[in-house]
Amino acid sequence: MARMKFVCDAERCIECNGCVTACKNEHEVPWGVNRRRVVTLNDGVPGEKSISVACMHCSDAPCMAVCPVQCFYRTEEGVVLHDKDVCIGCGYCSYACPFGAPQFPTQGTFGARGKMDKCTFCAGGPEASGSAAEFEKYGRNRLAEGKLPACAEMCSTKALLAGDGDVVADIFRTRVLHRGKGAEVWGWGTAYGSQQAGQPQAGENGVKR
Amino acid sequence: MTGPHKTLAACAAVVSLALLGACGEKPQTNAQGVKHDTAPWQGTASADGQTGKAFSASGWQPGDKASWEAELKTRTQNGQNEYNRIR
Repeated sequence: MARMKFVCDAERCIECNGCVTACKNEHEVPWGVNRRRVVTLNDGVPGEKSISVACMHCSDAPCMAVCPVQCFYRTEEGVVLHDKDVCIGCGYCSYACPFGAPQFPTQGTFGARGKMDKCTFCAGGPEASGSAAEFEKYGRNRLAEGKLPACAEMCSTKALLAGDGDVVADIFRTRVLHRGKGAEVWGWGTAYGSQQAGQPQAGENGVKR
Repeated sequence: MTGPHKTLAACAAVVSLALLGACGEKPQTNAQGVKHDTAPWQGTASADGQTGKAFSASGWQPGDKASWEAELKTRTQNGQNEYNRIR
């Protein structure tokens, strides 16, 4: 198996924040902590693009490099996790991370003594998989249940892909090759009618305008 | 006590104080180290108080790495690749 990876397709993301909601609900993340969020570039301008961002589980993770107490570890599947019992909440990882993934809650389930909290790729933490202790500190361990991250599985347009890097890359490659642009895009003809897609346009062959 | 003996005794006292001072330091190293996670393909049913198989996907056997990997690949293709279903 390759490394676990997220890919977000900016052509598909509609900024619905379904991924953010799915994450919050699945892990019961407290108010003010955003393990995942949707960032929009040129918001409000025609052609704006959105992308869903969380911990990218870097192969050479800067958070891991700068942590003074070495609380981070990487699983065999390439998921970057951390041990909250070792974390001192210094915030160094927050400065190092180019994605703004580390969060520092002040209260609630994850907020004991200001420990860092971040996306776990739904892989929990060092506590026993599926245990109450793991859930309290890190949230659900979906990988140990044979599932994929809730954010990607809940994505309505499948803009956010998650899983084995090789499989995800294959899906994305197939999509880019097939979807084309304009009227070539899947669903365009169904929604709008398109000669290019082999369907009559409004007003032709008795099709109502 | 003569002059040289006094100097030696003073030096010995300073050295022993320094050594004892080091003994008073509490270890601040991460002696236990970071706990490492169990592999996800082991599943969630290996100890008491865990969620067990209640929430597990049904297409694989906990403890069997190959079946876990196959389940994830199938799940990724079925759940995230609509070109498998609609062309």
